[in-house]
Amino acid sequence: MVNLKVNGKQINVDVDPDTPLLWVLRETLALTGTKYGCGMALCGACTVHLNGEAIRSCVKRVADAAGKEITTIEGLALNLSHPLQKAWIEVDVPQCGYCQSGQIMSAAVLLSENPAPTDNDIDEAMTGNICRCGTYSRIRQAIHRAAEMKRSTT
Amino acid sequence: MSATEMKRRDFFKTGAALGGGLLLSLYVPEWVLADSVHEATPLTPSIPPFAPNAFVRIGTDNIVTVIVNKSEMGQGVYTSLPMLVAEELEADWSKVRYEPAPVDAAYNHPVFGIQMTGGSTSTASEWERFRQAGATARVMLIGAAAKNWKVDSASLRAENGYVINPASGARASFGSLAEVAATMTPPKDVPLKDPKDFKLIGKPTRRLDTPDKVNGAAQFGLDIAIPGMMTVLVARAPVFGGKVLNFNADKAKAVPGVKNVVQIPSGVAVIAKGFWPAKQGRDKLEISWDDGPNAALSTTGMREQYATLAKTPGLVARKVGDPTKALAGATKTITAEYEMPYLAHAAMEPLNCVVDLRSDRCEIWTGTQFQTGDRAAAAAAAGLKPEQVTIHTPLLGGGFGRRANPASDFVIEAVQVAKAAKAPVKVVWTREDDTRGGWYRPMWSDRFTGGIDEKGNPVVWAHTIVGQSIIAGTPFEGFLIKDGIDGTSVEGAADLLYGIPNLQVDLHTPKIGVPVLWWRSVGHSHNGFAVEAFFDELAHAGGKDPYELRRTLLADQPRMRAVLELAAQKGDWGKRLPAGRGRGIATHFSFSSYVAQVAEVSVDKQGAVRVHRMVCAVDCGRVVNPDTVKAQMEGGINFGLTAALKSEITLDRGRVQQRNFHDYQMLRINEAPEIEVYIVPSTEKPTGVGEPSVPPVAPAVANAIFAASGKRIRKLPILKVDLRG
Ligand code: FES
Ligand code: FES
Repeated sequence: MVNLKVNGKQINVDVDPDTPLLWVLRETLALTGTKYGCGMALCGACTVHLNGEAIRSCVKRVADAAGKEITTIEGLALNLSHPLQKAWIEVDVPQCGYCQSGQIMSAAVLLSENPAPTDNDIDEAMTGNICRCGTYSRIRQAIHRAAEMKRSTT
Repeated sequence: MSATEMKRRDFFKTGAALGGGLLLSLYVPEWVLADSVHEATPLTPSIPPFAPNAFVRIGTDNIVTVIVNKSEMGQGVYTSLPMLVAEELEADWSKVRYEPAPVDAAYNHPVFGIQMTGGSTSTASEWERFRQAGATARVMLIGAAAKNWKVDSASLRAENGYVINPASGARASFGSLAEVAATMTPPKDVPLKDPKDFKLIGKPTRRLDTPDKVNGAAQFGLDIAIPGMMTVLVARAPVFGGKVLNFNADKAKAVPGVKNVVQIPSGVAVIAKGFWPAKQGRDKLEISWDDGPNAALSTTGMREQYATLAKTPGLVARKVGDPTKALAGATKTITAEYEMPYLAHAAMEPLNCVVDLRSDRCEIWTGTQFQTGDRAAAAAAAGLKPEQVTIHTPLLGGGFGRRANPASDFVIEAVQVAKAAKAPVKVVWTREDDTRGGWYRPMWSDRFTGGIDEKGNPVVWAHTIVGQSIIAGTPFEGFLIKDGIDGTSVEGAADLLYGIPNLQVDLHTPKIGVPVLWWRSVGHSHNGFAVEAFFDELAHAGGKDPYELRRTLLADQPRMRAVLELAAQKGDWGKRLPAGRGRGIATHFSFSSYVAQVAEVSVDKQGAVRVHRMVCAVDCGRVVNPDTVKAQMEGGINFGLTAALKSEITLDRGRVQQRNFHDYQMLRINEAPEIEVYIVPSTEKPTGVGEPSVPPVAPAVANAIFAASGKRIRKLPILKVDLRG
């Protein structure tokens, strides 16, 4: 049994402790918003927050996530209220959408640490997230937009 | 029967009444229902009483559902096709929803006669039918109001989700009229709107699928779960065409969670309780393979073979004038050889397929672009009739052609697994499986000879193309291969738009055991590069500005000339740049659309290339959703850049040498250029959008590298070319 805290709820899961967190989220907990893209920490599709840090859940043993705060895209905000979600909708970032949970989770950590990121800051924070559909310029634009929204409400 | 199963059956019944499609979002695993950290999707869809045709349903709740027969893989069809319906229906756009179509002849592609998504044809081919579907529904709703109000329907009109009687001021919502409308006879051939009256078509419109794609709710094939489902990974032959000789599964079966290991035609399948045990189990399999006839294949060997072939003329695809004679009379002659590698599609969502096979039916959930073909193939593999097979199409995490395989490889295999497993299965391809799984964009070698007259004008263009046919052996052979020439191998080359008086394009089609397939922009993906890069060489050889020469030779191609001029103007063609920077220009006509691009690139002393800016002009006829057109141009440019700069699939001893994103690299955000897109206003019919921005990217960049560094790029990917100062 591994005890997890996912999106604010405590859950016991009966899985091999070596299982990557990604598969526990997706298969055991049916939180399928977190995606599998590479399994080698190369694409960022599986990005979630662990104690507020962006991590690649495909290479994180579930046992090592025990007792820590895990946030997935489903737990990011209620009813699309996160500035990044609003900005993503306003700019219409997603194409196929498959990479976008990971993009948003990476961007959320960037914004929490840096309220006014430059293009370079964005490149640095987001380079680990591949988008095969090539939505990069909109991702950049939406992060700037979200930062603006966040600043104007605080 | 457990509570979950019970519920599932009820959902399925409701689903059947709804015409299928949406079902999967209705199944939520028991755990989630019990202890919800997950906000479950609402489980009670209303049953719309008004379904005038296969494409539109209107509920008493005023919700207009458009049933979309095209797979959504990022190109925006779940928005652009509903826009066509809503325009003629006079719907309230905020009430419009989409739903994927089940497999049915009613949803066949109007031109190709099967249900499929591809060839950048979704909007073009449905332009009439979806508007007609909306118009028909509108007439029936107006008829219903006329009946209720006992007035002449000619005195009524529809607006923003209501039928209105201008004389009395009476208004009735579409929902309130739905039940009466359902009793009316559908009219035939309702006249469509004059385009000048369009309210929605042509306006930038937010995509309907975006909200679900930013909160984790969007369901892709890989997200599907059905009761009792096992997860399966297949160990496939390391060489294409290889076979299992024998295997030992003892260690695999000892992995907790592994339920069974079975041999199937494509390899050995590990059936387990989830991805991780399946993966652990597969890693522990001991298999001896018979590598078969392709065991010695290598990229180096193939290159030599291709280069030799390229030196002799192939089957002639097009001939104009007398190239041989004209070449003898040319002032200057240049020859160049171009090489392009195999490319994997590398959709972000690796391939996967869920199959629930029963004795009398088979239900499949997979992100496919090829429903009719996959259904027939699945039926044959299952020993059922096509009508006994249902295919649900969830969202596709990218397609790019890989999910439209006439050989239905990943679907047939999953059915074979389900047969052997005797349980519902989800076959998952790892990224490595997906990269190594074949069905690539073919490898190409091209050889050009160009002749220039005393004024520097091109007078001869001879182009020999060498590469495998993606069509040979498919059901499309009959109409795409003529006199031994696969039209997709020479598209974008044989139909060269430039006015050059003597031209020959010929083709060699070697047979190689690597499975090949269409890949975003198909033959144009390679011909676009070869043709436009060589054109640049020819311009320079004749001392001409590559933009001006294109303009001159496009004198009788006004639409292409207009995009070329627009791209050049917006892309600052001719303006000074600092040393080490250069601009390149390219045009390409594909999927009936005209595209021109200007790339701005720098090359440093170490030979590192950076693409700073891409300016793109496009004429794709009348535009339905300008923001989607823009997005597709942007995405296609980054997709094209990945291929131009980075990717290549190579073989050694029959084995694919790339595995994952470290050795089959993708463009990342820090490498993505600024992109500007300009759409030429047009009243012509809509043409392709998803693919046409890809072909001009590589040549524009290669030509810019020449301008920046004086070095010619004749081989992709560029990062493998030594460009050090
Ligand atoms: S799936 Fe984890 S980084 Fe790609
Ligand atoms: S939107 Fe398709 S991979 Fe990013």
